[in-house]
Amino acid sequence: MATTTIGIDRDTLLWMYKTMVIIRRFEEQSKREADAGKLRGMHSSIGQEAVPVGVCAHLRDDDYVLGTHRSHHHCIAKGLDINQMMAELLGKSTGTNKGKGGTMHIADIDKGMLGANGVVGSNIPVATGVGLSAKVRGTDQVSVVFFGDGAANQGTLHEAMNLAGIWKLPVIFVCENNRYAESTPVEYSVAGESIAARAEGYDMPSVIADGQSVLEMYEIGGEAVARARAGDGPTFIEAQTYRYHGHFGADDPLAYRTQEEEDYYEARDCISTMVSYLLENDVLAQDEIEAIDAAALADVVEATRFADESPFPNDGELTTDVYISYA
Amino acid sequence: MVTETATRNLSYIQAINEALRQEMSRDPAVIVMGEDVAGGAGREDQGIIDSWGGPMRLTKGLITEFGADRVRDTPISEAGFIGAGVGAAATGLRPVVELMYVSFFGVCADQITNNAAKMRYMFGGKITLPLTIMTGMGAGLNTAAQHSETLYSIFTHFPGLKGVVPSDPYTAKGLMISAIRDDDPVILFNNRQLMGISANVHVPEEAYEFPIGKARILREGDDVTLVGIGYTTYIADQAAGLLADDGISAEVIDLLSTSPMDEETILESVQRTRKVVIVDEDYPRCSVASDISALVAEQAFDYLDAPPVRVNPPHTSVPYSRPLEALYMPTPDKVIDAVNEVMG
Ligand SMILES: Cc1ncc(C[n+]2csc(CCOP(=O)(O)OP(=O)(O)O)c2C)c(N)n1
Ligand SMILES: [Mg+2]
Repeated sequence: MATTTIGIDRDTLLWMYKTMVIIRRFEEQSKREADAGKLRGMHSSIGQEAVPVGVCAHLRDDDYVLGTHRSHHHCIAKGLDINQMMAELLGKSTGTNKGKGGTMHIADIDKGMLGANGVVGSNIPVATGVGLSAKVRGTDQVSVVFFGDGAANQGTLHEAMNLAGIWKLPVIFVCENNRYAESTPVEYSVAGESIAARAEGYDMPSVIADGQSVLEMYEIGGEAVARARAGDGPTFIEAQTYRYHGHFGADDPLAYRTQEEEDYYEARDCISTMVSYLLENDVLAQDEIEAIDAAALADVVEATRFADESPFPNDGELTTDVYISYA
Repeated sequence: MVTETATRNLSYIQAINEALRQEMSRDPAVIVMGEDVAGGAGREDQGIIDSWGGPMRLTKGLITEFGADRVRDTPISEAGFIGAGVGAAATGLRPVVELMYVSFFGVCADQITNNAAKMRYMFGGKITLPLTIMTGMGAGLNTAAQHSETLYSIFTHFPGLKGVVPSDPYTAKGLMISAIRDDDPVILFNNRQLMGISANVHVPEEAYEFPIGKARILREGDDVTLVGIGYTTYIADQAAGLLADDGISAEVIDLLSTSPMDEETILESVQRTRKVVIVDEDYPRCSVASDISALVAEQAFDYLDAPPVRVNPPHTSVPYSRPLEALYMPTPDKVIDAVNEVMG
């Protein structure tokens, strides 16, 4: 395999670029679907693509990821099928969750996606249990949990970090610090110098990463995954990133942040900086980039067609899956 | 009750907002806390203030009128700030704390059920806890299992807590004010669909209380009693309108308080109509509906022409997919079917 100047093989670079572009096209389309009234409660991950892509590049299907209300990017980075994801957003029977979970609860156990979660901070202890399971079963699987800066203020994070610390569990805590929890700025809600600094209290290696750089996320994610696989315990990553859109569909972010700040982050966009990198380092030529972009768009168009043409669940599905047996 | 002739229409959201504003003006001990109750916290020096005014805009304008000391955005730390509400209530404040969606009560259940509910009792009656928790609830909006529950029943289970469920802007304002003035912990449940429905009811401008523990008869009738709770009052009343077209006279009781519950109004009505249908959006097991059903069976058995019938969703979590969610919800049609069942 061809290795590039920074020691990442070409296939991995291509995968990371392509995956970020698919996420962005997918999110643009899901916003269109939401604007058309076909789903509600959708939280766009546009702007944050690099964070899960850089980390998940190191994961196998049998490693686990747990996400949040804003998790479409986690799911795609973990290799979920976008046809099934789009069908899930529209509540169709062919969706990842048979239409029963929707945008905030996408899961695909075979792909190691143990679910997006609508309750802020709720996924973190579960991820810790996934790490415990790997350790007790004696595998080298890794558990990665993504959560926001807002979730960093839930007690669950602190309890989970302590557990992962005392038991040296293979858990990677990835805080996507996009600077806001709904309209609340991180500098208001977080006491202390940083979110990453909280890990020090649990003797956990921690790092602040540029979440707009997929290459940096790849490097830092790689170290964390290697540490977890080797049985050396948890890592805390604070990835500094930005959500370009409002918290959810109807939210106007300029009510609480400035155009200047938005411009600053968009100028450092994870996809356009990656394009520059790929071109400048002769990894890809312009026409190859364009071909990847066109293919990503075609994939999303196909996912939308698949979702639209799929049937809604049968009425009987209302009461299945509550239990395995109940009598 | 206040009666006025002029009609003053407010939305449900405006009614709650007005109640909060009037109580904050009246009593400096009233403070408001919750996630994004103001929004854009800490950026006043950049000209940013009140960017949200609450996720449902219930608290819009409060920070500009009363300041950031009394209107506090919180981090996402429900156990922390609801627990802080308990402590503040025990020591001289009258906090109104917002729990954005009732499903998140799991995060702070200990503070509500072990502290708010029990402290007065355990301390031999030596404290008062004038805490109000307001929370959003209800399905029908395509937001799946963790953002759609209607959990007033579970709180009704706990001695020490009061629960109120407004059904329109008029009761919303009166119950919000009563909840704030009450010296016990009260949970006010705001149904999300009701917050979007424009109801043509008069809302007096001056502050007024709607008594906690009192139901009201929304529509008088002789043939059957329908009991609704918040949003399902709206559903029951729609059903009653349709039944009237078919010559069936349904009485609609708007429960409004789940704890204490106005047993007298229910029993008095059922003794007249001899039939009851209870319409409840909460899960069916151990629900307010099953509680009312037991009440009627135990205390009005001799009057009944038919067993009480409950219209609840099935014993399942709330589905995301819209056609499934539509099947999940109590609807006027389901109420009419139930009425036909008790009418025999
Ligand atoms: C326990 C809980 N409290 C509140 C909410 C409502 N809520 C949903 S997302 C959100 C903000 C989350 O902020 P952050 O963790 O930074 O994630 P981001 O939205 O920025 O991705 C809030 C308050 C929730 N879903 N769960
Ligand atoms: Mg955030």
